[in-house]
Amino acid sequence: MISHRHKEPEKKPCACEGADKATSRRDFLFKMGVGLNVVAGAMVSLPLIGYVMSSFVKILPTKGISLGPIDQFPEGTTRLATYTNPYRRPWDGETAEIPCWVRRIQGEQFQVFAINCTHLGCPVRWFDESKLFMCPCHGGAFYQDGSHASGPPPRGLYEYKVSVVNNELIIDAGLLPTLARPNA
Amino acid sequence: MSEPTKKTAKNLAFDAAQGIFVWLDKRLHLTDLWEHTAGHHIPRSSASWFYVFGSATLLCLILQIVTGSLLAFAYVPSGAEAYTTLEYLTYEQPVGWFLRAMHYWGSNFMVAIMFLHMTQVFLFGAYKYPREITWISGCILMVCTLGMAFTGQVLRFDEDAYWGLGIGAAIMGRVPLIGENLVHLMLGGPIIASETLSRFFSLHVFIIPGTILALVALHLRMVLTKGINEYPEPGRLVDRNTYDKEYEEILKKDGMPFAPHGIWKDLVAAAFVLVAILACAAIFGPKGPTGPPYPTEIDTVPRPDFFFMWIFAVAALMPEYMESFLLLTGGPIILLILFALPFINNTGEKSWRRRPIAVLTVIFVYLALGLLTYLGFTSPWSPEMTAWTADPTEQSRVLDRTPLELQGLVVLQNKQCRNCHAIDGVGGKRGPDLADVGTRLTKDQMIRQVIQGGGNMPAYGKNLSPYEVEALVSYMVTLRPENQPPARDSTWPAIPPKENVSTKEAGPHAGHLEKTADPQS
Repeated sequence: MISHRHKEPEKKPCACEGADKATSRRDFLFKMGVGLNVVAGAMVSLPLIGYVMSSFVKILPTKGISLGPIDQFPEGTTRLATYTNPYRRPWDGETAEIPCWVRRIQGEQFQVFAINCTHLGCPVRWFDESKLFMCPCHGGAFYQDGSHASGPPPRGLYEYKVSVVNNELIIDAGLLPTLARPNA
Repeated sequence: MSEPTKKTAKNLAFDAAQGIFVWLDKRLHLTDLWEHTAGHHIPRSSASWFYVFGSATLLCLILQIVTGSLLAFAYVPSGAEAYTTLEYLTYEQPVGWFLRAMHYWGSNFMVAIMFLHMTQVFLFGAYKYPREITWISGCILMVCTLGMAFTGQVLRFDEDAYWGLGIGAAIMGRVPLIGENLVHLMLGGPIIASETLSRFFSLHVFIIPGTILALVALHLRMVLTKGINEYPEPGRLVDRNTYDKEYEEILKKDGMPFAPHGIWKDLVAAAFVLVAILACAAIFGPKGPTGPPYPTEIDTVPRPDFFFMWIFAVAALMPEYMESFLLLTGGPIILLILFALPFINNTGEKSWRRRPIAVLTVIFVYLALGLLTYLGFTSPWSPEMTAWTADPTEQSRVLDRTPLELQGLVVLQNKQCRNCHAIDGVGGKRGPDLADVGTRLTKDQMIRQVIQGGGNMPAYGKNLSPYEVEALVSYMVTLRPENQPPARDSTWPAIPPKENVSTKEAGPHAGHLEKTADPQS
């Protein structure tokens, strides 16, 4: 309402053709300026969005990683093993060394569990005497085969795909396992 | 002779200073700026001690910017170097530990004072007409401040930070459909690594502080345009049609310039806050860094900083069926309520004396947050990882036991039972204390519980031999306070007929029942 009142007295005295043309020309130039900046802004933001969202869009696959010769895992035991993150950056330092629990059932039968509790990702610890994995954060517990024993976790431990090639234990790994991607 | 020259020198200096000021004022319009900002008029009633929390939060922000910028002189946001530079800052850089401490305590004070400010604004009805945008911008500032608290905790790149990121990723992974993408976006890749730290550094140092400064500008601008809330009087209701005029009249009749007449309380509070931060920094020092952020060092008990301890507690206590839902929607729901508040409750009574629901809400929220924080620090739901090796058994719990019972005690200790079960309060608090288990469970019930588990206890059937179970249970039935009878199977009569006693108790565990009665009596 207020702006309308303002406009009318301005327009009335300048009801000549030239002034009208000038306003429409200025209006056009203003609109063009805005339009040009919308286009330029889009051109600027595309690479910015692409840069930021690349990690959102690009889901990296797991990679086969050797945990070493199978002899270091005696039958009937569960042991901590570590591997180097296949997507390691040179400045990652020690954060590239990822732990996991290796359970050798017998022969070439293995289970390799991610270290992360399925509740909220804290590192589970193995207790050989009671054959349980326990989580220090919210008290989740898992049996030796990784299945859920008690506490808040919604499922059993995350398991890596395992194969034995040339007497070496190979797992498919490289991603932080979460409920969205349990078989990392 | 000397006096007049002195005077002229003084006058000259004064004139020169005045000249410079006038020159600057003509260019920069300083007087004008002052009158429209610090010199703006406020209701005399608003110059209250209750109104100092906003400026105190702003003061904390300034302190955080100064100390943070200086910490960045030495800090390197890389997975390989961050921890080393933290140690360097703490132990080698002169006064580095103190700056880290000031930054840490500054953040604690900022969060705490911000919530006091918010509580005061809520209780004084300051969010009502016409200050809705002041309130909403303040709510976004709260989110940003908590964002700073979380990202700052990550930059202190120790083991808590590393596993804290893991918790964040685990929550993201619960988002349906795009969970995995969000985890990648948050971590800057498939796993917690340098790129994760770098993006949290960027958030903590550039993106969120920039947003905060812009929002503070808006927040303060709103204080200037819509005025600071007058001290509410019970019975004086806000009406959209008349409030603006009423406020103008208050300013006319009983107003005064914020600076210099209203600001002194803010100044005193500011000095007090600064001294308190310095004192805490000097006495308690900086937090951490705790152990290095090496994923392979799993012998760790990750805990968040105190501002997020209540969320940590909620995550442990929620029933599983609502967990993902609440973890993902709880924050947005709280925010939505806060945003909607000034629109739902736009007019009417401002004084807390006539708003019992508001007062009860504040009491409830503070009690809930306080209790959850306390629970987070004690975390009784977590097993005590070292209880089985470190916690002693009291002498009276060992004396006068049979060899079988002693064997059972060894089983109880070795099989990590005490990680979850305390005896006389020593040990984990996850499960019930075993000191009086003999009064609660019969031998048969204990055997079933140990073998099959249940009620949040794992089943030990596969991990205990029958002999171990027998020994363990033989010991456990002896665990009861003096003069309290052992648990009794409900199928047995409470007072057995005299002549039948021997036959009734000559069940499978008759021998043990007699035995258990002995040592305690």
